[in-house]
Amino acid sequence: MKNLIALLLLLFLSFGVAASEGIELQKANIDLSNNASLQRGAKHFVTYCLGCHSIKHIRYLRIALDTDVDQKKMLKDIAPEGASIYDQLHSAMNKHDSEKWFGTQPPDLSLIARSRGADWLYSYLKSYYIDPKSPRGVNNLIFMDTAMPNPLWQLQGEQYAEPRKNFWGDENINLVLKQPGTLSEGEFDIFVSDLVNFLVYVGEPVQLERQRIGKYVIFYILMFLVVAYLLKKEYWKNIH
Amino acid sequence: MNNKGVDQSKRQFLTTALSVVGAVGTGYLAVPFLAQMQPSAKAMAAGAPVEVDISKMESGQLIRVAWRGKPVWILNRTPQVLETLPTLDNELRDPLSLESIQPESSKNPVRSIKPEIFVAVGLCTHLGCSPTFRPEIAPNDLGEKWKGGFFCPCHGSWFDLAGRVYRGVPAPTNLEIPPYRYITDTQLIIGEAQEEASA
Amino acid sequence: MKPSRITECNEWILARFPLTKLWNEHMAHYYAPKNFNFWYFFGSLALLVLVNQILTGIFLTMNYKPDAKLAFDSVEYIMRDVNWGWLIRYMHSTGSSAFFIVVYLHMFRGLLYGSFKHPRELIWIFGMLLFVALMAEAFMGYLLPWGQMSYWGAQVIISLFSAIPVIGDDLSLWLRGDYVVSDATLNRFFAFHVIAVPLALVMLVFLHIVALHEVGSNNPDGIEIKDSKDPWGHPVDGIPFHPYYTVKDLVGVGVFMLFFATVIFYMPEMGGYFLEPANFIPADPMKTPEHIAPVWYFTPFYAILRAIPDKFAGVIGMGGAIVVLFLLPWLDRSPVKSIRYRGGIYKKALILFVISFLALGYLGTQPATPTATIFARIFSAIYFGFFLLMPLYTRWEKTKPVPKRLTSIHSLDEQLPALIEEITVLKPVSSEIGHSAFKSSFFTRSPNPEGIKNVIIRFVKNAKESLD
Repeated sequence: MKNLIALLLLLFLSFGVAASEGIELQKANIDLSNNASLQRGAKHFVTYCLGCHSIKHIRYLRIALDTDVDQKKMLKDIAPEGASIYDQLHSAMNKHDSEKWFGTQPPDLSLIARSRGADWLYSYLKSYYIDPKSPRGVNNLIFMDTAMPNPLWQLQGEQYAEPRKNFWGDENINLVLKQPGTLSEGEFDIFVSDLVNFLVYVGEPVQLERQRIGKYVIFYILMFLVVAYLLKKEYWKNIH
Repeated sequence: MNNKGVDQSKRQFLTTALSVVGAVGTGYLAVPFLAQMQPSAKAMAAGAPVEVDISKMESGQLIRVAWRGKPVWILNRTPQVLETLPTLDNELRDPLSLESIQPESSKNPVRSIKPEIFVAVGLCTHLGCSPTFRPEIAPNDLGEKWKGGFFCPCHGSWFDLAGRVYRGVPAPTNLEIPPYRYITDTQLIIGEAQEEASA
Repeated sequence: MKPSRITECNEWILARFPLTKLWNEHMAHYYAPKNFNFWYFFGSLALLVLVNQILTGIFLTMNYKPDAKLAFDSVEYIMRDVNWGWLIRYMHSTGSSAFFIVVYLHMFRGLLYGSFKHPRELIWIFGMLLFVALMAEAFMGYLLPWGQMSYWGAQVIISLFSAIPVIGDDLSLWLRGDYVVSDATLNRFFAFHVIAVPLALVMLVFLHIVALHEVGSNNPDGIEIKDSKDPWGHPVDGIPFHPYYTVKDLVGVGVFMLFFATVIFYMPEMGGYFLEPANFIPADPMKTPEHIAPVWYFTPFYAILRAIPDKFAGVIGMGGAIVVLFLLPWLDRSPVKSIRYRGGIYKKALILFVISFLALGYLGTQPATPTATIFARIFSAIYFGFFLLMPLYTRWEKTKPVPKRLTSIHSLDEQLPALIEEITVLKPVSSEIGHSAFKSSFFTRSPNPEGIKNVIIRFVKNAKESLD
């Protein structure tokens, strides 16, 4: 018995070590109830991402309803010129061009937050750096040799990778901002947060509604449970 | 196990209480399942109002557009047709469209906002076939009494060129007029009523 | 008095259909042992989940498209555009995991109390067939969302068949209907998932229950209640299933729904175990995800497959892990059924088996590193050892005498007040403002270290004793 416990301990320890490798992700600050952030995120997405990436599983109308924007304002301020409120967020780029330019087709981002996670997206968008060895001149710490150029470089500025020794003497790569962009570091963090917040919302638009309904359902089940338990107790009181 | 001292009324009360709670729960659970068979957001988006440009329509021409997947006819009626329409009243079941479906703006003898431009849902009010457009007068197959109109091939219903149903045919009411309004003189939007726009 | 319309209608039906007879045979006059415990909830819960799967499945089918080009998008269409589609889909996806949780616990109950032993061998066989059908159902259903995990999972599992000598390659080609998993595979899996396998499941459930009601339910004491009957021919230790177990199972249903709803509304992905992150990427036949693992309920068997360093032997090992379960009624040679009267060896073996099953399940979700593979081999050996050595150790072990009648063990909710009494001490509330007359009537309970210690010591002693 003792040997077995020791064995199990060893097992979990060995996996624990394996799991901690890789680059640590930065925590994204997600708040789906913040409509202003979602609206900004939608606007950023249309401006900086929609050129290449579609979100084909959501319509402007749904975003307007969920984030509490007037439909006319949605079309005027957020959606691209000429879009209908019923349109999905289709990208303007055609398949042929994208394969010529990037060697691959930019993926649809409807579910990117569900497959990658918010923290990954947040870290990824913040981890571009100048890399003369890369064919594109930039690289990404989170996703090495990514095919996507940094769409936000003018906002963020230019980062450089610098190896540094950490406390234990291991070599880590740190990103250092050398050429500031049009946004300050704080502003840029909020910018990326809003964008990621929007992508998380788009991954499952019904999230908040789901949690809201859940409260009522669970309350109901508790009531059911109380009555069912009393009934059972009543029937079983002479079973010995 | 003995049944002595069983509080029957308490059992009865709790059984009823649990049945009621269970029935309420089942009722609420049924809602999502029934509602999911309603039109989805995609169907509603496809059923959005449609814009139609009628500037190029000639007199006597009929065009068909799809609104909510249904055929909607837009007919540019000739002056002769508009003259003929009032003479048919005696042969019609509901000449004043009292029992028929149309927006307030089209509730008039010619059943349209502008007399010459007639807009209607092209589905027979009998069982939903799409009638054929037969503007000619007294053709061989329809006989002497035909003054031009819409003829339903499924069950032989007759409608005039204002979509009004004749007496003695299976269709119960006049053709449905969808809500529509003019954006400009030559641009129609089908699916949005005039009242709503002005309000 | 003239009989009412309703009575007439009832008589008309009863003259033509044995409704009352069926109800009495299977509910009101079906005598079940009165000492069912926690483990006996999972049979009826499995039935509940089956109903849930069929009902939600029907409604999902209304909007799902079994076409490689449309399948992935149609699932997202259900999740977003269809009214309440998300709820129905989550009920179905959570239901599939819940099904396995409930069925695994139901099977473990059988191991605990010897429910597979004479005269219930056939019930166990039907149950195992149900388990195999359920695995087929889940596996084929998992392809339908047409995500990366769906696709590559199916690719890997179907390729297993190619390990069979001589016919293997042709067989896997025939199963897929194409050189890789493709539209043809998706379409036939859809057909199997929505009609063929569910029909088999329903029929097997029917057989499972008919066989059970023929011989009667086992119980935590492993005694046949039919051996002692009262003058009217009813088992002395039996109670009618209805109303006693219907009302009891309703409580179980309530507790189950509480967990089920919590997952559906607050954690439908269950940390990537119920819905895997990689499955939110559409299937891409050109690119395998970095780390592929089957859904959690298959991982114990998958870990056994990976542990064996030979393709064919691996497939045999994986299949064998299920086949040995079928043989259980004949592997167990112990004269007693219930774990309560078995010797310590079976108890220790069962603990080892549960640990190895859980560990294999965990290892199956992890990448196959050399260390992990070594552990997987050890646990696979324990898994098979539990079954294959059973004829030996169950014959040797010293069993305890089995009583003639059911023993009564108080249920948890009956024990709770005494337990609270023991581990806490009552203290009067000392309040300075309060009126002196009220002082004595307010009490508060605080933990009693002495009592807690006693309870723990007693628990450990009991546990140790029962293992010897």
